[in-house]
Amino acid sequence: MEPRRSPRTVIDPKVRQVGFFAPGAPPERSVSVPPAPIVSSSSSSPPVSDLSPSGNSLSPVMIPPPRHSSADNALLPSPSPSRPVPASPLRRDSLTTAAGRSYSKPSDFFPAMSLTASSSYAGRMVGNAEFSADLRGNTVKVVPTASSFPSGGFDLTAVKASSVPATGLTTVSVVKMMPPGITVYDPEIIVEKVGGSVEVQNDRPERSKPLKEKTSKAERRALQEAQRAAKAEGSKVPASSGAVMGANAKPIKATKPHSQKNDSATVAGSEKRGGDRLSEKDRKKDAPHPRMQYDDKIRVEKAKRRAVVKQTEAKNRVELFRHLPQYEHGTQLPDLESKFFQLDPVHPAVYKVGLQYLSGSISGGNARCIAMLEAFREAIKDYSTPSEKTLSRDLTAKISSYVSFLIECRPLSISMGNAIRFLKSCIAKVPLTLSESEAKASLQSDVEHFINEKIILADNVIVNHAVTKIRDGDVLLTYGSSSAVEMILLHAHELGKQFRVVVVDSRPKLEGKLLLRRLVGKGLSCTYTNINAISYIMREVTQVFLGASSVLSNGTVYSRVGTACVAMVAHEFRVPVLVCCEAYKFHERVQLDSICSNELGDPDVISEVPGRDDINYLDGLTNSENLQLLNLIYDVTPSDYVSMIVTDYGMVPPTSVPVIVREYRREHVWV
Amino acid sequence: MGRGRERESESPRNSRSLCSAPMDFQVVVLAGGASKKLIPLISKEVPKALLPVANRPVLSYVLELLEQSNLKDLIVVVEGQDAAVRVGGWISGAYVDRLHVEVAAVPEDVGTAGALRAIARHLTAKDIMVVNGDLVSDVPPGAVAAAHRRHDAAVTAMLCSAPVSGPSESGSSSGKDKTKKPGRYNIIGLDPTKQFLLYIATGAELEKDIRIQKSILRAVGQMEIRADLMDAHLYAFKRSVLQEVLDQKDTFQSLKQDVLPYLVRSQLKSEVLLNGAPQAEENGNEKVNFQKNQVMVSRILANASTPSFHEFSGLGTNDSAPRTHKCCVYIASNRKYCARLNSIQAFSDINRDVTGEASHLSGYSFSAQNNIIHPSAELGLKTTVGPHCMLGEGSQMGDKCSVKRSVIGRHCRIGSNVKVANSVIMNHVTIADGCSIQGSVICSNVQLQERVVLKDCQVGAGFVVSAGSECKGEALAKKEK
Repeated sequence: MEPRRSPRTVIDPKVRQVGFFAPGAPPERSVSVPPAPIVSSSSSSPPVSDLSPSGNSLSPVMIPPPRHSSADNALLPSPSPSRPVPASPLRRDSLTTAAGRSYSKPSDFFPAMSLTASSSYAGRMVGNAEFSADLRGNTVKVVPTASSFPSGGFDLTAVKASSVPATGLTTVSVVKMMPPGITVYDPEIIVEKVGGSVEVQNDRPERSKPLKEKTSKAERRALQEAQRAAKAEGSKVPASSGAVMGANAKPIKATKPHSQKNDSATVAGSEKRGGDRLSEKDRKKDAPHPRMQYDDKIRVEKAKRRAVVKQTEAKNRVELFRHLPQYEHGTQLPDLESKFFQLDPVHPAVYKVGLQYLSGSISGGNARCIAMLEAFREAIKDYSTPSEKTLSRDLTAKISSYVSFLIECRPLSISMGNAIRFLKSCIAKVPLTLSESEAKASLQSDVEHFINEKIILADNVIVNHAVTKIRDGDVLLTYGSSSAVEMILLHAHELGKQFRVVVVDSRPKLEGKLLLRRLVGKGLSCTYTNINAISYIMREVTQVFLGASSVLSNGTVYSRVGTACVAMVAHEFRVPVLVCCEAYKFHERVQLDSICSNELGDPDVISEVPGRDDINYLDGLTNSENLQLLNLIYDVTPSDYVSMIVTDYGMVPPTSVPVIVREYRREHVWV
Repeated sequence: MGRGRERESESPRNSRSLCSAPMDFQVVVLAGGASKKLIPLISKEVPKALLPVANRPVLSYVLELLEQSNLKDLIVVVEGQDAAVRVGGWISGAYVDRLHVEVAAVPEDVGTAGALRAIARHLTAKDIMVVNGDLVSDVPPGAVAAAHRRHDAAVTAMLCSAPVSGPSESGSSSGKDKTKKPGRYNIIGLDPTKQFLLYIATGAELEKDIRIQKSILRAVGQMEIRADLMDAHLYAFKRSVLQEVLDQKDTFQSLKQDVLPYLVRSQLKSEVLLNGAPQAEENGNEKVNFQKNQVMVSRILANASTPSFHEFSGLGTNDSAPRTHKCCVYIASNRKYCARLNSIQAFSDINRDVTGEASHLSGYSFSAQNNIIHPSAELGLKTTVGPHCMLGEGSQMGDKCSVKRSVIGRHCRIGSNVKVANSVIMNHVTIADGCSIQGSVICSNVQLQERVVLKDCQVGAGFVVSAGSECKGEALAKKEK
């Protein structure tokens, strides 16, 4: 307890600093993040010493009190008696992954919560098989059963050991309390830590680099889930895929050594990889693909082996963007199609959506998100829990495997990441008292509600807000094709406002043409131009309406490439720029440039103009070493150039985004 | 806290078996029955599906193709009770424990559409894949299915490049160009992206001109008409569409000649119900609201997806856009092998290809001489078996024979000084000394007496060719009793 407290105080200032740039969202994250390193250094170091002796001798493990303390936490009571004995390797896997995930980004509260149950659970199981160490309790116990212990065995002692932290628990909660909004979650978090004895150690290294993590959260979360799912799948269904097997093997291997070694070894061991370079190495490995640095050959290889979709790396990539995934686009679709029947684990609906992402026949943040959710709803409808498994965990794993499949088809958008997080938290929150059909029904309705409330209703609200800004005689400029902006324009037109629309478009997708077609079809008067003419056309424009893929917590707008250009020109001409974005697309990440996180499209589409053979001067050059084609999908618009963000919570300045992120998050957690 | 507790308690549930159809696809193999085009080759004993190709029934190629794609629940439809029994018997022997096959017998002459009608009540999955049993191909059926799903099409047809028989075939081929019938070719109209089927007609039913609907042409803007593609008779149908068409159009006999052209013709003014009735929502109060939301959802989705010409055709006129459905194609790449055994010419071509260029299909491993000689086969002195040949189990050959690019079945007895080239000889054939066989097909239990010379002939099962006869381009068969 004591040690815990001290770290916390230390942390406090840190939290505030973090909060500086992202006042709303970051605090949660920062709070949870910082404690870890500190704990590990100051408070946990004693436990470590504790650990080594215990590791060698069998167990000083059980202390009755912990048990009911854990009961207080609501974590333990039901699980310990009722839990069946799973094959230990399985548990171990889930443990490691889950632990890594939940801790690595404490900032995502609700996902973390959803995981808590499983991770803590898993943690305990692992404890049974191999060892149990509990940092939170400030005592780390190692059950020396080591590798010799039959893996499947379930040990009460271990459970108790893990529950020991009860005392530690209270302290933890105190720590957490500091941020006002967060207190609610404390129990969960504590529970997590208490329950998952191993996890604590696991996360420690990760936390050592808290800053970096923050940036990538949503996608990383999704990825980690995916990885975890892959591992879980691997252990459960050995046949699923070779790559999975590989992933599976690793944790097992890792656990062996640490059971034999002690203190430091355990800590390191739980990391799954050698303890020396924990921080650097580890972080890298735990990072999921989207965040994966694609210039790291080794890990790219690994990811490729795991991949369902054939991913041939494009050869000539622009130097600055080598860290982003870029594949030969031509080969993927036929290959995936030919494997249609071989991919048993993927639900047909999900498969279809994946194909559509891959072939580009669905694009746009809202549409992709809706398509994905509908597919998941289908999948949930057809889902049935295998015997010996619980719905919440097995379904989470299933969804994760679907998500990883979708990621292979196309990197997730932020909106999708948020939706996945929501779905997973819903799954985790399904009360176990519900029958399977009830649980499925409730999940399906959750998904529907998400679509209806967060997307459809949000759009309606946005439309109503934004329409008030349109006056007669306005000339509105929009770029690309945004579903929200389109609705606004149409609604304003229905209201009888007299205005003109300038649709600005750009190669290669020329999405604006479709928008234009629909607008003209509805009788709006439009001007169509390419982005080259933006500086000229901006003169006559009175307002700019833009869509966004995401709004980050520093007010940065992450959107279709070219948006930044439009916004900047508008700013220069003193034309107000309104960004229309549903709040579910907000993200607490902070991004300052378009380089670190982006998506690369098919370079061929910019090098050749379909239907214009006469100007395809680059024919035959595309394989040249000296030519590198860059087809960026997104760019980042600094908040300076955004006058206002129209969202379902009202029209706010970009600086208020973090507030919404925070409030919105909380609402999610409480749903 | 409360949540935590609930989550933790574990209650294993009984798992309900998922629907057996992988990816919600059901497969129907139309193994056919008698075919007039193959008349001397097939008989009561050997229905079309069991015609040997490289000493394996042709149906096995389809079944194995499907098996490779993990499609193990099949419905095999055979015309005629007798044939069904034979086919069923063979399948159960050859694929026990490997495939789950149900054989359905339908009356003869109901056509492919009639066959599907007959088994319609067994079709439950969302999409149905219909494969003809005479397809010899290595194109993954999954690719067709995936293309079908991706476009949410009413029907997807697999097209492959039409086999160029005759001239471009190896020089040793005896050049049966004249047997090449226009009926084997299709006139196929595609949209510029080569994903949608705009027009299809078999060459045979064409007279001098082809008629293309203006509405389709107007919607697409540009149509590519090709005659070098062949309909492989591998279709993916949306079940609801298929059943509705079959129900409503009693006169439709053939999938290829009636159903497919009908669907293609009507794709812009669809008369079929695509997605069934929208599911009723329980909560009455929110129903209106819900439906409004649904409309919004579908509009967002529709706006965001790359529109095909189907959507465009409805765009100009506002909401009252006619319903459309999509007819897609999957065009197999040229590297893949794809052929249909629907004529005698095709039969010899396929036999030659399977032992030759498409040898990976045969499932045999070729010797260093690029041929397959069963270990139990006996060869006489100075007998040569060239590359791309196959000699079945227990066959005997006398001295000084030569075999080139031919398939010889099981337990054949071939005398001395026999020349066999570009031919298919089935099982239990007896060939006396001094015969010469070129470009012919000789069915089971045939007896060729001394010095018979056959060129481009087909000899029906059990026929006896008397000594010294010379035939060219004839079909020899016993009179049916």
